Amino acid sequence: MVSGGEVKLFGMWASPAVRRVEWALKLKGIKYEYVEEDISNKSGALVQYNPINKQVPVLLHNGKPIVESLVILEYIDEVWKHHPILPKDPYERAMARFWAAYSEDKCRDAVRRVFFAEGGERAKAIECLEETLRALDGELEGKEFFGGENIGFSDLVLGWMAFWLGVSEEVASFEVLDPKKFPWFTSWIDNFLQVPAIKENLPPRDKTVAFFHGYRRLHLAAPNC
Amino acid sequence: MATAAKGVVLLDFWVSPFGQRCRIALAEKGVEYEYKEENLWDKSPLLLKANPVHKKIPVLIHEGNPICESLLIVQYIDEVWSNNPLLPSDPYERAQARFWADFVDKKVSECWTRLWKVKGEAQEEARKDMIEDLKLLEGELGDKQYFGGETFGFVDVAFVPLSAWFYTFETCGNFSVEKECPKLVAWAKRCMERESVSKSLHDPHKVYEYVCQLKKKLGVD
Repeated sequence: MVSGGEVKLFGMWASPAVRRVEWALKLKGIKYEYVEEDISNKSGALVQYNPINKQVPVLLHNGKPIVESLVILEYIDEVWKHHPILPKDPYERAMARFWAAYSEDKCRDAVRRVFFAEGGERAKAIECLEETLRALDGELEGKEFFGGENIGFSDLVLGWMAFWLGVSEEVASFEVLDPKKFPWFTSWIDNFLQVPAIKENLPPRDKTVAFFHGYRRLHLAAPNC
Repeated sequence: MATAAKGVVLLDFWVSPFGQRCRIALAEKGVEYEYKEENLWDKSPLLLKANPVHKKIPVLIHEGNPICESLLIVQYIDEVWSNNPLLPSDPYERAQARFWADFVDKKVSECWTRLWKVKGEAQEEARKDMIEDLKLLEGELGDKQYFGGETFGFVDVAFVPLSAWFYTFETCGNFSVEKECPKLVAWAKRCMERESVSKSLHDPHKVYEYVCQLKKKLGVD
């Protein structure tokens, strides 16, 4: 375990954005205190440390808050330099950040659309999602991980898809993870989930499925919320 | 002193604030480059090859390698050419800078997308959100000369191109940036005293004219 001052992480057990921060902390062997937040009743501390978005994750390092999971990952990598997450070469760093941005700007939205789509909208939403999987599959060709031989920044940021996409498929009754269509991406899922820091740090599947069933029901009942 | 950098090409579109971020960063570093204007309604084979995923500008091509997404390009420029650093050296301050640059994209740009496309109640909501987001940015600036403190930095580069759009925001949204956020207007004027900014940004009325033409072309209004 590596120490480097007081590290606290405010999170929520089912949140993929929180997990990716935990994966980074575990990979680097950083000692931290985890604080579970009740999202329906946010603590004074969370609102104090993240007044603008009032969201988890929030990393508190020696009393100073860092918010937004991608910003937190870069911070962790810059403070604790061993076991680097981002490559050294500026072009490779830009590519790692590109695919991380792709996860947040395109993939999340694509999955969300299928998750909440009903009736006729579903086919079009699945098409969009498959387009993103095709792009990811293409990027992974010949590689075990987005980071090459070892997991890196893009793997940690895209890692939610290795677990939560499967959960979404089950909850919303759709299927996109086809090894014939996306051989590299489906292999990557297996590779990623075998990494000890990841494998030992996933939420319980049944509990997560139940949680997202509730989340989906709530949203479909009141779509403007 | 200009650095004759080997093979630096910027694929861009004249009025794009995202492209302007890259132009400003390159100018701040004194990097010579070839500017290529793209026709967004007839994208060049070079653009489609350099950015096959998004097919968007800006794209920086350096020694044959394409880098996409404006804030990633600015960070790349900052890492390759280490003179006049745009990001601070302290990790916590770097995190703050990244947060606020991301805020400009996630909030201000997003609000703008709503503001000019919708009418009625939706537009009123976009206007309120825009003012709220600009005030938050003004709060972050405080009494500092720049978002970067005494030096022009990453957040300044990320946000200043949108200052040329203030007039457009105001006219479409029916509010006054000067009235709501006077410190931001003063900051924008200070930034315009830098050659990297004044040579990259266009006259706000020209920007507004462009948006009006775009609205007609897309059948909005």
